[in-house]
Amino acid sequence: MIELIQTYWVYFLIGQYPQGPLGGVVATVLLAALALLLAAPIGLLLGLARVSAQAWLRRPVTWFVYLVRGIPLLLMVFWIYFYLPTVTGHKTDQFSTMLIALVVFDGVYVAEIVRAGIQGVPRGQYEAARALGLTHARAMRRVVLPQALRSMLPSLVNQFVSTIKATSLGYIIGLTEASFIATQINSQVFVHPAGVYLLLSLMYFVLCFGLSRFAYWLEKRQARRALPRPEASSANAAASAA
Amino acid sequence: MIQFNNVNKWYGEYHALTDVTETIAKGEVVVVCGPSGSGKSTLIRTINRLEAIDSGTITVDGQDIHRRGIDINALRSRIGFVFQQFNLFPHLSVLDNCTLAPVALGARPAQAHQKAMQLLDRVGLAHKANAWPSELSGGQQQRVAIARALAMEPPLMLFDEPTSALDPEMVGEVLLVMQGLVRDGMTLVVVTHEMGFARDVAHRVLFMDEGRILERADPHEFFNHPQHPRAQQFLADIRTPFARAA
Repeated sequence: MIELIQTYWVYFLIGQYPQGPLGGVVATVLLAALALLLAAPIGLLLGLARVSAQAWLRRPVTWFVYLVRGIPLLLMVFWIYFYLPTVTGHKTDQFSTMLIALVVFDGVYVAEIVRAGIQGVPRGQYEAARALGLTHARAMRRVVLPQALRSMLPSLVNQFVSTIKATSLGYIIGLTEASFIATQINSQVFVHPAGVYLLLSLMYFVLCFGLSRFAYWLEKRQARRALPRPEASSANAAASAA
Repeated sequence: MIQFNNVNKWYGEYHALTDVTETIAKGEVVVVCGPSGSGKSTLIRTINRLEAIDSGTITVDGQDIHRRGIDINALRSRIGFVFQQFNLFPHLSVLDNCTLAPVALGARPAQAHQKAMQLLDRVGLAHKANAWPSELSGGQQQRVAIARALAMEPPLMLFDEPTSALDPEMVGEVLLVMQGLVRDGMTLVVVTHEMGFARDVAHRVLFMDEGRILERADPHEFFNHPQHPRAQQFLADIRTPFARAA
């Protein structure tokens, strides 16, 4: 096992780079990070459109969400890899293919999380903000979304953790991310499949666990800052009433 | 100040407001009462367009509130609205609740801050400026909600059952603050079941049932000589709640 790591750790980490494309763990992390960073704002916008009062905005986005949610991510990858080039006229490379697929897929799931979060905030909050003369956008940004985000956080983490793991689908179209490289190593070494795939699993676990812990820390920090829970508030009200 | 002209509103098949025509003068204090489901909350919510109307017009200070293309946000900032459930923003401190709208709409933060402190002082809660809304009692929350609405310096305030969600011992503190506004000559429209407030403070009472204004009278007349049979029944019901059952 030590020997395995000593021989292949650079290859596992970055693939054939700089002789070939950037690969391995770094490609996986890069792909996941970019997917999250792009999917978050897109998901937010789609989510806001999902709860919009404007039917021309809400309806097409709603159908788009249903459509994307109704097909497997793998098929999305195939559509982008094999079909998109016939539209754009040039080949989509593997990394971009996976990135587009993950962003679209995640954007849609994040949109549903955002929608649920917004709808979980009592209607009176939005009405109170509007009654003060705030625009729809300001009422959302200053009053509704800060409250919605707190309830959305666990679901968002869930989604982003599954994104990290979904990068492994790049294997299918020959993207040299960590799973692909691990498989390459396995076929070269041949006698240590358990070791190779154990290391690969460990890598995914560390990434996902790290993200979960980060989110947990964020949640704690938020909780310290504001918004005592409803139980606490009624206890307080009872105390001051007494 | 406010003019309703043949206002109608439906919720699907349900006719929530029927041919409402009414004028409320500047400086007038009007209490709207009536049995639950009579349309009084709907009525007050149409004044700042929290509810849309299906026909007729409502003008506030000469502006047609429900006309398309009107700057509703500018108009709403001139109309204070106080909710039954307070609706304070739980993620903001008491002070930030009161400065959010003024600052968002262009006031200088220092000025908005000073103004908010004055208003909190006026409702007796300056010492709670840095508290979270959830740390306050219901009565205190509602007083903050009034201060928040006053922060935009509206000439008109609307109250939608402001004391209905309060424990009985906290009703007085809220009514007292409202009475202060009346002394300042503000225009108030109040949906309430507080008949004491209607009798002592209001200039006029509107009685509604089934989406219509059935009676308009000064409080003395309304309580002593109600004209409409429904109004007579309503007053009898709230005076002796057990009479019907017996």
